Amino acid sequence: MRTLAAILLTVLAAVGGPAGANEAVPTAQDPVAAKRSVELARKLRCLVCQNQSIAESSAELAVDLRRQINEQIAAGRTDAEIVGFMTDRYGDFVLYQPPLKVTTVLLWAGPGLLLLLAVLVLRRALRQQAETPAPVPLTGDERARATRLLREEAAAGRDAAR
Amino acid sequence: MIPEIGQLALILALLLAIVQGTLPLLGAQRGIRAWMALSRPLAAGQFLFVAIAFLCLAWSFLTSDFSVLNVVNNSNSRLPAHYRIAASWGSHEGSILLWVLMLSLWMQAVSVFSRSLPREVLARVLSVMGLVSVGFLLFLLLTSNPFERLSPPAAEGNDLNPLLQDPGMVAHPPMLYMGYVGFSVAFAFAIAALLGGRLDATWARWSRPWTTAAWCFLTLGILIGSWWAYNELGWGGWWFWDPVENASFMPWLVGTALVHSLAVTEKRGAFRRWTVLLAICAFSLSLLGTFLVRSGVLTSVHAFATDPERGLFILVFLAIVIGGALLLFALRAPQVSGGGRFESISRESFLLANNVLLIVAAGSVLLGTLYPLVLDALSGGQTKISVGPPYFEAVFVPLMSPMVFLMGIGPVARWKQATLPELWTLLRWAFATSLVAAVLVPLVTGGGSWGLRLGLFLAFWILAATVVNIRERIRNFRGAVHERLAMQPRAWWGMILAHLGVAVFIAGVTVVGTYETERDVRMAVGDTVEMGGHVFRFDGTTEATGPNYRAARGTVTVLRDGREVLTLHPEKRTYNASGMAMTEAAISTGVLGDLYVSLGEPIDAQSWSVRVYHKPLVTWIWSGCVLMALGGLLALTDRRYRLRSTRQQRAAAVISPA
Repeated sequence: MRTLAAILLTVLAAVGGPAGANEAVPTAQDPVAAKRSVELARKLRCLVCQNQSIAESSAELAVDLRRQINEQIAAGRTDAEIVGFMTDRYGDFVLYQPPLKVTTVLLWAGPGLLLLLAVLVLRRALRQQAETPAPVPLTGDERARATRLLREEAAAGRDAAR
Repeated sequence: MIPEIGQLALILALLLAIVQGTLPLLGAQRGIRAWMALSRPLAAGQFLFVAIAFLCLAWSFLTSDFSVLNVVNNSNSRLPAHYRIAASWGSHEGSILLWVLMLSLWMQAVSVFSRSLPREVLARVLSVMGLVSVGFLLFLLLTSNPFERLSPPAAEGNDLNPLLQDPGMVAHPPMLYMGYVGFSVAFAFAIAALLGGRLDATWARWSRPWTTAAWCFLTLGILIGSWWAYNELGWGGWWFWDPVENASFMPWLVGTALVHSLAVTEKRGAFRRWTVLLAICAFSLSLLGTFLVRSGVLTSVHAFATDPERGLFILVFLAIVIGGALLLFALRAPQVSGGGRFESISRESFLLANNVLLIVAAGSVLLGTLYPLVLDALSGGQTKISVGPPYFEAVFVPLMSPMVFLMGIGPVARWKQATLPELWTLLRWAFATSLVAAVLVPLVTGGGSWGLRLGLFLAFWILAATVVNIRERIRNFRGAVHERLAMQPRAWWGMILAHLGVAVFIAGVTVVGTYETERDVRMAVGDTVEMGGHVFRFDGTTEATGPNYRAARGTVTVLRDGREVLTLHPEKRTYNASGMAMTEAAISTGVLGDLYVSLGEPIDAQSWSVRVYHKPLVTWIWSGCVLMALGGLLALTDRRYRLRSTRQQRAAAVISPA
């Protein structure tokens, strides 16, 4: 129903021309499809640009691919099918989320391995730290001697200041 | 003539740097005072000559001297004056010169503000920085001379890349480089300490303010870069996980870990080895970042092959600096004792856990940034992949969420030994409140995913835990509440402010990610589109001319409840010299959200494709970063740093009675 309304609106707008205040015509179809289209376009790289997704770029290729996505959504293709269409044409380079393959195993496992390594090192460090003997508490005699020494030093300091 | 003076100044600076990198260091090892005493005048001389070189380059740009190749490639006589100056750091050569300028500036600052340091330490620190300077000056003179002449001179320049013609270009690179290069001070202190064999709390106290200062600059630099992208790229994003951005983000992550680890080393004497390692890593990543961005290797690995001289120099230099530092660390670190003891539940252990998470996050960003390059190089260009936002978000959120959660606990936990029941008693209300808020808010604002709830929970959690922290902190002081608050040291307030900044940042990121709306519409004159309670009316475009571009200037009137509240003028510019088209978005900034309009392409004589965005709380992202940087600045003004200098003055007065 929504699609029908959108089509009708488009036709009306085309026929009627800009007479007075019209509701602007979305370049994509209905809001749900538009959202899907933008989300898909964000995951795909514009191949002729310097690191832009095709959602962001205004290069000819990006505009063309956005139209492709819209058409395929309208034709009822699933997201996976559309992504498949893109990779068949342009290879994995077009995907901002690299697929899990032999060549990308390290990429996807890397952060987990790093974390595991870090946790192991952290645990070892904490354990070592717990095993180092605590400084032996002073005996009563030692404490008294330390206090006396400190006091003498303080007194000497005062004398020097005078 | 002027470019030759600049060139000569660079050569002189190099000669001074060579002496500075060797004699004071040897003097410190052998106890020769006269050699050590050379370090300060040498640093001053180097600063003078590098500054002269930089001014010569800026002058060549300002006067549009098209006999200089660098000026021809990056400037144009019609370019406005402030962009002509900014163009001096727009090129590879110029930005390396800016780097050296910043380095000599930091050196000069160390030499001025660290007079109280023991002679040996100051000599070693300045020597290490001098050695880094030697590397960069050699790189400039041998492979990237910014003053290279063109004969015969060109009649006109090629213009600065229009993307760079933004106020952001004036402020972003100097700030970012101040941050990058600032970590060289922490690095130099670490190396000096390893060489001298004295790695204790005093060392941490000396290098702490420098590290905080560098971190503040880096935070501001990244923030300005993000804000620039938001304004200039025309589709309203603020972070793209672009390799260039990652290059600045990695040192920030490690630098953040370093700032915290230094605090523990200074206060408790713990983590000494770890702190030194972090200082080495932070600067290594700064170096790596500079070269990744500047060598062109990111655009294509083959840029390396086409310019083997630069590439080889970079690799050798990185290997010497990073490898040498790590080797020294490996040799000396085992002699460093562990320092203060702490239990496995204590403020130390929470800080250590956070450090580890930050480092793993930095490592993951490094992996994602370098992986495509390595894969491309190893497969001989056969396997090309892209690693973009979906990957980094998938990796980053699970690592940072526990980090942010621990951020709430760490500051209220006791040093040395804490217990879980005690922490639970302290924080249970904060925990419950933030949990309830994270559930309730989406019910009111509508919709919402688990990501939204998680983000809100973390933001509220930091806020609530900070309130608990303040209450606990002032509990044992006497006086009225505001007096007790005023008694707290600025360093502590800095921490509170920076942590609140993280909460504000997370709230902004979460809300704009969930609730931003965008419409991509075709608009003829008089058409309207409704969004976020506002109606946008397109009133057509007019021709406009700028100093070096022509533009179609759109007029979009924003109505609220039928009344006109705002007029926005998005532009589509075409730059004369390069013919490049740029989208200049029109943005109305507000505390609660931005309205963002950008012109797409003209569709026919009357209509344009127009993108309209409503971005709730987007400004909170940058405000959060500003708060973090302010927190750092506040900590820098803490009494104990000033006290130390008054004490020195008094000591000096006693020694030499006038």
